[in-house]
Amino acid sequence: MIRFQNVTKIYPTRSLNGYPTVVLRDISFEIEKGQFVSVVGKSGAGKTTLTRLILGLEAPTSGNIFFEEKNINAIDSLGIQKIRRRIGCIYQDYKLLSTKTVYENIAYIMQVEGKDKKEIASEIPKVLEVMGLKEKINNFPKELSGGEQQRLAVARAFINYPDVIVADEPTGNLDPYNTYEVLSLLEKINKIGKTVILLTHDREIINKLGRRVITIENGKIIRDEEKGRFII
Amino acid sequence: MLTNLKTIFNFAFVDFYRNKGISLAAIFVLIVTILLFTGLFFIHGISNFLILTIQNKIDITAYFKQDTLEQDILDAKNQILEISSDIKNVQYVSKQEALNEFTEKHKDSSVVLKALTDVGDNPFLPYLNITTSGNPVLYEEVSRALEQGQFGDFIEKVDFSEKKYTIEKVFSITYNINRFGLAIGVILVLVVIGVVFNTIKLVIDRSREEIGTMRIVGASNWFVRTPFIIEGAMFGFIAFIICFFIAILSVYFLSPGLASIMPGFNLFNYFISHFWLIVLIQLGSGVGLGVVFSFIAVKKYLSD
Repeated sequence: MIRFQNVTKIYPTRSLNGYPTVVLRDISFEIEKGQFVSVVGKSGAGKTTLTRLILGLEAPTSGNIFFEEKNINAIDSLGIQKIRRRIGCIYQDYKLLSTKTVYENIAYIMQVEGKDKKEIASEIPKVLEVMGLKEKINNFPKELSGGEQQRLAVARAFINYPDVIVADEPTGNLDPYNTYEVLSLLEKINKIGKTVILLTHDREIINKLGRRVITIENGKIIRDEEKGRFII
Repeated sequence: MLTNLKTIFNFAFVDFYRNKGISLAAIFVLIVTILLFTGLFFIHGISNFLILTIQNKIDITAYFKQDTLEQDILDAKNQILEISSDIKNVQYVSKQEALNEFTEKHKDSSVVLKALTDVGDNPFLPYLNITTSGNPVLYEEVSRALEQGQFGDFIEKVDFSEKKYTIEKVFSITYNINRFGLAIGVILVLVVIGVVFNTIKLVIDRSREEIGTMRIVGASNWFVRTPFIIEGAMFGFIAFIICFFIAILSVYFLSPGLASIMPGFNLFNYFISHFWLIVLIQLGSGVGLGVVFSFIAVKKYLSD
């Protein structure tokens, strides 16, 4: 489903040693449909850059990235937008639309897909009920707790049933209870056949999940194990 | 397509309403801009009127010899009129009319009237008074045509040489006033446009994170950009409505006062006669700047 082929990413900004910043060095891996993959590494290992490359927000310095065998570097902006709609993203800082209500945040994704008002009005309450946010339907993100915001982000990421969920440190700002909730949701999403890519530096989460783990250190993949553990 | 359009308009209206403070700031800046453009337009009209009034007072006089036949003078008049379409007026004053003018002007001065009586015959010469529509070079051309042309033998004197300096000075001053006014106008316009651009850029910049999120979720560029452009148009349109009413009220109240300072200039009539142009200037600048600058400000965040 997603394939990285000899991808290197270098930022021209000079680091303290005077050289450009190499974030990813010649990494290659493949993620099949329906897999639950954790990408682990310390802060600054290149996990977020990986997300940005998958979404086509940045281009690799060298190498290729394929989404269902389509080279992301080689398609036009319309093609990239279509790919993004098939990927639901969850971030540590939620990336919610602050001037839109809970309802409107989820509705936006459906409106991007061109769904009509009736369908939107019927789907959203159901999703919010599952997420425990039905009472907050008219609230703005700043009026929600961290856990509620992240549940909203999960709802938004999943509302259009994308093929892939990419969760970049989704539990970074959450307490243990909400962390457990979010991870449970991700596992449920994976159970129905969606591909989940979880990027984290949380040892406990990784060891508890017991899924495939790709470990990145200094921009290189140092380990790729089917039932991996967090070892850095 | 229609659903999407309705959705996009809804985004724009809701965003406008929910960010009232910054929306009002943008509208205020656009109001200042539109009023500046409108003000410059009126100032241009007023200064043109003043300049023309001054220029119209400039004339040259060609005096004919005492025994020149009236028909020859009238032929000379026709010839002058044919020199250029910029010759505005050629007025013929006969000897008798000149005498009557003088007598009327000095009717209260017994000394002058006695002196005139003592002279006996009508000492005044017939003359042609020539005015152009703002073309100083023409005066010299007319003067030359009269003195050196077919009517040269009939000419006693053309007073161009005495007035030449004044004529050139007046036209030079009015020309420089126009150029200076234009330069000041251009500078003001550029400054204000810069302020408008920065204000609208600030309005868009506060949404940069949201724009980033919209891109991440796969919204197309036009789906992201269009609500902001519509918002820009809304700022401009609301500013236009306010400015239009300010302009009407200002013209209504200032018109009488201005007429007393500048007799012959009616601000209200000027406004009515240029009504659609003023609407175009106000609406065009308000909505135009709002739309264009919104487009430019959002573009920065949409590069793919």
